[in-house]
Amino acid sequence: MNHLLSTEDVDRETLEQLLSDADGFSEVLSRPIPKVPALRGKTVATMFFEPSTRTRMSFEKAAKALSADTVSFSPGTSSLSKGESLKDTVLTVRAMGVDLMVVRHKSTGAPWRIAEWLDIPIVNGGDGAHQHPTQALLDCLTIKQRFGTLDGLRIAIVGDIRHSRVARSDIFAMTTLGATVVLVAPPTLLPVDAEDWPVEVADDLDDVVPSVDVVYLLRVQTERGGASVFPSLSEYARRFGMNSARFDRLQDHAVVLHPGPMNRGVEIGYDVADDERSLILAQVTNGVAARMAVLFRLLGGEHDA
Amino acid sequence: MRQVMSEDDLARITTRIAHEIVERNHGVDSVLLLGIPTRGKPIADRIAAALSDIAGSQVVAGSLDIGLYRDDLDTRPRTRIGPTDIPAPIDGANIVLVDDVLYTGRTIRAALDALADLGRPATVQLAVIVDRGHRQLPIRPDFVGKNLPTSVEEHVSVHVEPVDDDTGVWIGGADG
Repeated sequence: MNHLLSTEDVDRETLEQLLSDADGFSEVLSRPIPKVPALRGKTVATMFFEPSTRTRMSFEKAAKALSADTVSFSPGTSSLSKGESLKDTVLTVRAMGVDLMVVRHKSTGAPWRIAEWLDIPIVNGGDGAHQHPTQALLDCLTIKQRFGTLDGLRIAIVGDIRHSRVARSDIFAMTTLGATVVLVAPPTLLPVDAEDWPVEVADDLDDVVPSVDVVYLLRVQTERGGASVFPSLSEYARRFGMNSARFDRLQDHAVVLHPGPMNRGVEIGYDVADDERSLILAQVTNGVAARMAVLFRLLGGEHDA
Repeated sequence: MRQVMSEDDLARITTRIAHEIVERNHGVDSVLLLGIPTRGKPIADRIAAALSDIAGSQVVAGSLDIGLYRDDLDTRPRTRIGPTDIPAPIDGANIVLVDDVLYTGRTIRAALDALADLGRPATVQLAVIVDRGHRQLPIRPDFVGKNLPTSVEEHVSVHVEPVDDDTGVWIGGADG
């Protein structure tokens, strides 16, 4: 593995190894001094061409816990606003002596282009509605810590699948790890290629709730035109929101995940978000450990041939 | 591969080292054994069992992974992250690091760095099954199972159940 661009092309052994390493890094993060010298002298650049606070912070925390240095790039304050091309921007940052780049971009495929231009590992921090592989890793880590394995679990992913890079990444990671994924969405929010994916599809959340081990609620992405593809937020909440009544019909061991930021009262009920079986804050904590595993895999030790 | 120690030899060695640890530390009260994965851990477990017999109180062994503290991460194949499990407070404890083979001393250098990030022990001691020489750093063991003079080309292999299928020490040439 020389880059982490998509979960679609990562095999099970590699995924399991990343999760196992991430478990080790969780222990590191729980120490009085949550820092190890493994990547001392390396520099990680976070290149976020699309606004993000939490993912960037999580990557920077992960890099620093491994003793790597971090430099960051924001489009608003950079030469991009002076008309510099994407290629010139990343070549310039590479020339400063950067060892790995985390890229977030609104255009699908941008991290792949950058990986072709540069000779260093690229981590996709989210490209358009396409992929967000480290989110999938932290989701799988959270589920694995709860259940011991993903093998044989039934996981519902609920909401705006079409515009969700989180869903795309999770679907491939979770099924590779042996889970069954059920997509629950109104037909307008299902992607056209969903029938080619290794998933089941349902349109009534109430039918699915009693049989699943994990419910993964996607955010209603108002900034990606979410509100224009269904009649109203309240109707969405009524049909696809995880409210208290639906939560009570889950199996006792079932848990709820959400990638954040939450719209309480829309995709997740006010009380449900704070329940002990909603693992949303554990996901955030695990995000740092999962990203440490990725950075360590790509920068620690010799690269794969 | 030529066998130089049997399972019985190894059992006698762990018992003897346990006695030496009790003697050095005037008991076991503040002693904390930390095995360095992979094989240091089962050896530490064996010494802990012997210590428990001698002292009449339960002694447990933890593990201290040093993969993230290596000084050769850039050049060696990808390191796997082993478990770190510290069952008692580090501060003020008499730590006994346990490993299978002492060679260049770089593993122990890494272990000392890892320990320093976890707390401030009263003392740090080192127990190894085999000391094969060729140190590259000023590090020496406190408890040694066997001094085994070797050439750099030779390979010393300690097997311990349950990590391995059998238990003992073997020595082989560069060709295996």
